[in-house]
Amino acid sequence: MRKVLFDSFIRGPLTEKAPKPDEAGLAELAKAVNRAARTRLGRSLSIRQVDAGSCNGCELEIHALNNAFYDLERLGLHFVASPRHADVLMVTGPVTKSMREALKRTYNATPDPKWVIAVGTCAADGGIFAGSYAVEGGVKDVVPVDLTIPGCPPNPKALLAGLLALLQNAA
Amino acid sequence: MALLDTITHREKAKQHRPWSRAVVTEAGWRQAIEQLATGRCTLLGLWGDAPVVHMALLAEDFSDIAVISYTCKDGSYPSVSARHPPAGRLERAIRDLTGLDAFGAPDARTWLDLGFWKVRHPLGKATPAHKPQPYQFLPVEGEGLHQIPVGPVHAGIIEPGHFRFTANGEHVVRLEQRLGYVHKGIESLMQGATLEQAGKLAGRTSGDSTVAYSYAFAQAIEAALQATVPARAIYLRALMAELERLANHFGDIGAICNDASFALMHAQTGILRERTLRAAEACFGHRLMMDAIVPGGVARDIAEGGAAQIQEFLIEVRRVFPRLIELYDNTASLQDRTVTTGFVKPEFARQFGAGGYVGRASGRGFDARRTPGYAPYDKLTFDVPVLDAGDVNARVWIRIREVEQSLALIEQILGRLPAGKIHTPVKAKGKACEGLGLTEAFRGDVLIWLRLDGKGRIERCHLRDASWFQWPLLEVAIKDNIVADFPICNKSFNCSYSGHDL
Repeated sequence: MRKVLFDSFIRGPLTEKAPKPDEAGLAELAKAVNRAARTRLGRSLSIRQVDAGSCNGCELEIHALNNAFYDLERLGLHFVASPRHADVLMVTGPVTKSMREALKRTYNATPDPKWVIAVGTCAADGGIFAGSYAVEGGVKDVVPVDLTIPGCPPNPKALLAGLLALLQNAA
Repeated sequence: MALLDTITHREKAKQHRPWSRAVVTEAGWRQAIEQLATGRCTLLGLWGDAPVVHMALLAEDFSDIAVISYTCKDGSYPSVSARHPPAGRLERAIRDLTGLDAFGAPDARTWLDLGFWKVRHPLGKATPAHKPQPYQFLPVEGEGLHQIPVGPVHAGIIEPGHFRFTANGEHVVRLEQRLGYVHKGIESLMQGATLEQAGKLAGRTSGDSTVAYSYAFAQAIEAALQATVPARAIYLRALMAELERLANHFGDIGAICNDASFALMHAQTGILRERTLRAAEACFGHRLMMDAIVPGGVARDIAEGGAAQIQEFLIEVRRVFPRLIELYDNTASLQDRTVTTGFVKPEFARQFGAGGYVGRASGRGFDARRTPGYAPYDKLTFDVPVLDAGDVNARVWIRIREVEQSLALIEQILGRLPAGKIHTPVKAKGKACEGLGLTEAFRGDVLIWLRLDGKGRIERCHLRDASWFQWPLLEVAIKDNIVADFPICNKSFNCSYSGHDL
């Protein structure tokens, strides 16, 4: 274990400079967020990820946000295990009919003020699964959405840019 | 001896490739069930194509594959699961999707249809749904038992599904899974789709195995249309497949250790996973390499400088990974959590035909790349690691050994990558034809069966993830373990929810 730790120590951090907040995201958010929320939350946001029907591709890239290259926590953002601890819901997937109720309940269990980010092309409008008997549609068809990060799947940089846009507006 | 020699059949389908499909009567169907129940062959797939049910079989020595088809009488066929339990969930899914009923099946409950679709039997005679019946979990009796319901929304960045634990204190007496939450109706969307649309759907059946799915889909189409693939594309496909395997194995090895609270390993393998994805992006323009494999070849050639970047990546992995193996092997607190935890009996792995590291850690040495095998793996040298300890530790070690094999495979592929074109357009045949594809994803074999119409559109496509035969074994693996060891057992399987739910 010492070898691995020592190696990390002498080689310096891998963490890269964070991207600029997403411009389109900033514009979308400007409408949604008010000053009161900013004062209450400070510069930190807790995120609860909800898979409402994704193929798991988006989950892989959301996971990557925690690796040494992107290191989400340095920016005051972190993932939590319960919606009751969350400020932000990151929702992936076309919302399947079978997950609709679970997503609604998760949303209702999240205390105000809260924001919802629809992650990925399927979360935006159902993507290639739109129109199926088993699919409700995009996230916005079930709960209010504040920010959409498109991509199939969006890469970690795009996710980070979106989250920073949210942080700049919300906190 | 070929599989079909022992099964009475009326005729063989003329346009089914590369293996045979035979039409059977009840006698032949029952012979196949008997062979499954007595372990003379393995169930590779079971799906509905109303009014027909198809069953794919794998010979005991993995050398032969056959599909048999039975036309239902009054919407029912003799149950396979009555004699051979691994077919149980597949039969329940067939009924939910097509309405075809397995006569004599021991479990009449729904499986994929959780009662929210507003339609019944979407792949058969679709009718408006009734009010859903409450789902009955299996009864559990005994003193001092309590139940812990978990999900569908889980406490992490994972897919949704429901787990019902019955525990006595800390010890799990029974786990019952209830899946289907991410059912998107992929097979229904496939019907009538163009090859391009269908390929996109196949590649998004389970995102972590997008390459393996596109690969199997392309194989099935090429088999059906008797299309040829340029040599360069064949090697590029394998390169992508091995990069995908590496990325997933790195991620899993770390995540399993993380579930034993050993975050250092998670951080280190997370770096290797990210480097793999970056190499993939540099070479093929997409981190997960989605839509890179298409029928007839590959959509993108390796970018300029891509091969050099992969070589650099290989050097880095070879520098770092041995130390991480040593770290895993020498950390007693970690071994304490993984050794003897989540045991899967070799008999179960064989009976269920469990693929991937779940099977290979429990003595079942099946790897679709080796047997039946497909190009270019027949020309490459690699070992298929097999252990029989069947615990979490064995599933970690299989992944470690497979990482080493994938590194060696990538070196061989880069060393002999042929020049030339990367794609030959595939042409419709003017008549209906059928194809079967089988590839080895990181978690096990992916089977795709499809029928095309004369214009080259999809009439029916069935996709079977390895998870179908692994999920049930997780229920067995967790028995008598403590509740707190469920995450580590679950991660050591890493079954796909989306790949299973379709």
